Amino acid sequence: MKLVTAIIKPFKLDDVREAISEVGVEGLTVTEVKGFGRQKGHTELYRGAEYQVDFLPKVKLEIATSDENAERLVEVIAEAANTGKIGDGKIFVLDLAQAVRIRTGETDGEAI
Amino acid sequence: MEQNIFHLQYAMDTFYFLVCGALVMWMAAGFAMLEAGLVRSKNTTEILTKNVALFAISCVMYLVVGYSIMYDGSLFLSGIEAVDEAAVLADFAAREDGFVGGSIYSGASDFFFQVVFVATAMSIVSGAVAERMKLWAFLAFAVVMTGFIYPMEGAWTWGGASVFGLYTLGDLGFSDFAGSGIVHMAGASAALAGVLLLGARKGKYTKDGKVNAIPGANMPMATLGTFILWMGWFGFNGGSVLKLGDIANANSVAMVFLNTNAAAAGGSIAALALSALLFKKADLTMALNGALAGLVAITAEPSTPTALEATLFGALGGILVVGSILALDKLKIDDPVGAISVHGVVGLLGLLLVPLTNDGASFSGQLIGAATIFVWVFVTSFIVWSILKAVIGIRVTEEQEYEGVDRSECGVEAYPEFVSNN
Repeated sequence: MKLVTAIIKPFKLDDVREAISEVGVEGLTVTEVKGFGRQKGHTELYRGAEYQVDFLPKVKLEIATSDENAERLVEVIAEAANTGKIGDGKIFVLDLAQAVRIRTGETDGEAI
Repeated sequence: MEQNIFHLQYAMDTFYFLVCGALVMWMAAGFAMLEAGLVRSKNTTEILTKNVALFAISCVMYLVVGYSIMYDGSLFLSGIEAVDEAAVLADFAAREDGFVGGSIYSGASDFFFQVVFVATAMSIVSGAVAERMKLWAFLAFAVVMTGFIYPMEGAWTWGGASVFGLYTLGDLGFSDFAGSGIVHMAGASAALAGVLLLGARKGKYTKDGKVNAIPGANMPMATLGTFILWMGWFGFNGGSVLKLGDIANANSVAMVFLNTNAAAAGGSIAALALSALLFKKADLTMALNGALAGLVAITAEPSTPTALEATLFGALGGILVVGSILALDKLKIDDPVGAISVHGVVGLLGLLLVPLTNDGASFSGQLIGAATIFVWVFVTSFIVWSILKAVIGIRVTEEQEYEGVDRSECGVEAYPEFVSNN
């Protein structure tokens, strides 16, 4: 199993959600996060004084999936979240050791 | 028949006074929202507590002693409810210019209209010292300001009393229709004294002379507050005509409403345009301060300018306020909401504009009046703030300032999260 973690632009969340449901993803966890990458921050202005916004808002998705699905899932997310502009985000794929569905006690492949 | 008309004129002018007073009372809500919008969210509850408490303290102190100092009345307003109807009717009949003569109205309505002005002056102080002052030190100052400092200068101006027996401002050609100086500059003078003793918010100015922005938490609230103040100002200036009940005065009231609105519009446009030129961005808070600056600028004389003059006077206020806010930051005088610039610097401008359209006022009279108000309020405030600083301290600790005065002074946050009842 793999855990696919994607950091994307917040306004792309709906597009990504739609796209991944077409490749059979049946669950995902979303977190509002802040961070910086190559995009860095930007400056804003208040009453004549500039200030730096160092961390930009992003959305983090976490999706558990089977080994064979992971590659396709990454492709779909990358396609749906792409705007071609700086700050589109990143995707990380990690090995997932165990999964349990709490209600039924099902594990691993049956739990995701 | 004539007596019936006198009854009606008394009723109309009393009613007009009361409605205008209620409009000015609503300005307290405007100040509360404006200030809550321009501070950080961790200081919201405290600024709201200050606003509601200072309003209540102003009302009580003015009732207890303030009104009697300012207008030579009695303590606790005793006797204000006793109106001799026959004597009032005789006053009407004895007026030299008859029906269009001076205004006669209920004494209680006069108190009500005056008391909300005191609260306005005090509200100006709270924004300037926001985010770092101890709540109880501020409220202690409010007691002295509204019970003594303001009523004294009010007595010299609207009360017609001489300044410690030395000179009488009215005789020198001083005129302040609704209080650019008497209310607004006075409030700002007290605020300036407080800010100088209090110091800037931590992190506002760096050692190398850089000014750091500390953005306000809620722009919709600041905008709502400004609109509420704009609306309340119709009562502030409109009510100051003191009479509605004849053609000339009704026209004057209409002109005052028109000019008050025009000046606010002019001020807002000018401040927005100037900030866009200077910063290359449309700065909302400057546009808000500009509207208020326009209002303050016209308050000293809203009845005699033409509509065009009122718009230009307001625009002048809007330009001046942007310059003043930037200049105060250069001087490291930290005023989170721009109160000293809006009410103090532009209040002075308002006084100096009066002789341009009102022959009854002179530049020398305006300057002497402005100096009298400023020196009195600034010096007495400085003394009171200093005593408070020595006795109970006026500033919260650095840690409390970092955590927010909501927690240290009020114990409750404006927007509580992660609350657990266990």
